[in-house]
Amino acid sequence: MKRSGRALDRMSPRRQTSWDARAATNFICGGAGGGLLAATALASPLGVDLRSLIVLGLALVGLGLLAVWLEIGRPLRALNVYRNVATSWMTREALVATLLFAAGAAAVVLDQPAAIWLAGLSGIGLVYAQGRILRNQKGIPAWRHGLCAALVVATGVTEGAGLLVMAALIWPALTPFGVLLAVLAVARLVVWRRYRESLRGVGVPVGTLKAFDAIDVPFVWVGHAVPIGLGIAGALLGWPIAVALAGAAAVVAGAWFKFVLIGRAALTQGFALPQAPARGSGRPGVGARPGWSRAKAQ
Amino acid sequence: MSPRYVMVIDLRRCVGCQTCTAACKSANATPPGVQWRRVLDQESGEYPDVRRTFLPVSCMHCAEPPCAEVCPTTATQKREDGLVTIDYDVCIGCANCIMACPYDARTIQHEPRWAYGVPMAHELARADPGRLSVATKCTFCKERIDRAAITGQTPGVDPEVTPACVNSCISGAMLFGDINDPTSGVVKLLESARHFRVHEDLGTGPSIYYIWSET
Ligand code: SF4
Ligand code: SF4
Repeated sequence: MKRSGRALDRMSPRRQTSWDARAATNFICGGAGGGLLAATALASPLGVDLRSLIVLGLALVGLGLLAVWLEIGRPLRALNVYRNVATSWMTREALVATLLFAAGAAAVVLDQPAAIWLAGLSGIGLVYAQGRILRNQKGIPAWRHGLCAALVVATGVTEGAGLLVMAALIWPALTPFGVLLAVLAVARLVVWRRYRESLRGVGVPVGTLKAFDAIDVPFVWVGHAVPIGLGIAGALLGWPIAVALAGAAAVVAGAWFKFVLIGRAALTQGFALPQAPARGSGRPGVGARPGWSRAKAQ
Repeated sequence: MSPRYVMVIDLRRCVGCQTCTAACKSANATPPGVQWRRVLDQESGEYPDVRRTFLPVSCMHCAEPPCAEVCPTTATQKREDGLVTIDYDVCIGCANCIMACPYDARTIQHEPRWAYGVPMAHELARADPGRLSVATKCTFCKERIDRAAITGQTPGVDPEVTPACVNSCISGAMLFGDINDPTSGVVKLLESARHFRVHEDLGTGPSIYYIWSET
């Protein structure tokens, strides 16, 4: 049945408006920066001085945190963010970020493998914490799905590998890491496919499915087919330009996906009416769950 | 056993008049655009058996509040008596709780807003800058409930210590009380009628029960 009017529509899910491009920037830059630190740690045994990549990773994470600091309502109280390590993944993200900056600074100054690996592990920790922040948001069905966190982690590490292989233009020794990028892109493609299938299965707001449908083709081709093809070809043939292009495609596609995930696809739960009440001497009627792809709850 | 306050709303009685919405705005001086309570309006069924239901909603004061779990500052807390509270002096306005709430119950308002653009005297008198840029939501009129400990009155029985929306309801559709007290009105009503809670499958344990039919 067609419904109209503002009052009637209010039961339907709506796009969240509390986190805008600034919050998306934190997920985009923080994920890519954390992933880059991890990828740089993996590349560190090559013996190439990659400290500038560590600086870039720290700068990206810092940019993301700055963006989110500009978004919060009371920035002067920002340090209160450390108060709930017991249950809040936002607190844990802040703690991991603190460790990440300390380890990253030590890695840049001391150039010690232990510091580089600690920075890399903190990078993974940050990406994981970001995934868990979304996972615990019960009000946004697209985020609370278990595979969303996996997708955010897969995207962060893929972007990190993408940034690493872009640096093959400066350090050709990094060219073989095109294979790592390709493997991560395959993994992300698998998670992306399973995530979308599962969303359809359990039911989500229709707007969420539409937002993901709209990016599926470019995301699969630019974010996966190109990095897989060029990454492997460039690594096998020793072409830094090919792996750099593969990396750029992975980074751009990952950023665009996260922008959609935080914005367009982030519809709220909305309301459901399991039963229409019995009025007067009448019988109860059927309920409603407007705006959902399935009547069944997730 | 300490009290645990819940609200019971009889959907058979609600006529969608929004008096509770207005009473909440008056009691809590929420600015234009911020509604801690609203009444949703939903059609369901197929012709010729079409229904129209009014669903009053607000913060559900969840037993397992996801908003408190994600809050990085501990500004959001659940009290012993079931009320979920926000400390406006601690909140940083990160909106994490807004995303965690499946009931769209929370708002962050960053700028002062006035009904007619410029502030009227009564709006200025009750405007609270401490509530800007932090999360706000229905409090179950916690100041009234807290007063009960001083006056010896009973929330849900004595209007002075009962949420304003419940007092205002023109059809007597709303009841408030202690679900741990077997003699309370809410327990008796819940025993005598079929009810649901919204999104129970999410495991939040909402404290608002909706009556839809006789047992
Ligand atoms: S309804 Fe929302 S704001 Fe209220 S306690 Fe539950 S999760 Fe928190
Ligand atoms: S907006 Fe305030 S109450 Fe909500 S999660 Fe952030 S600090 Fe906690």
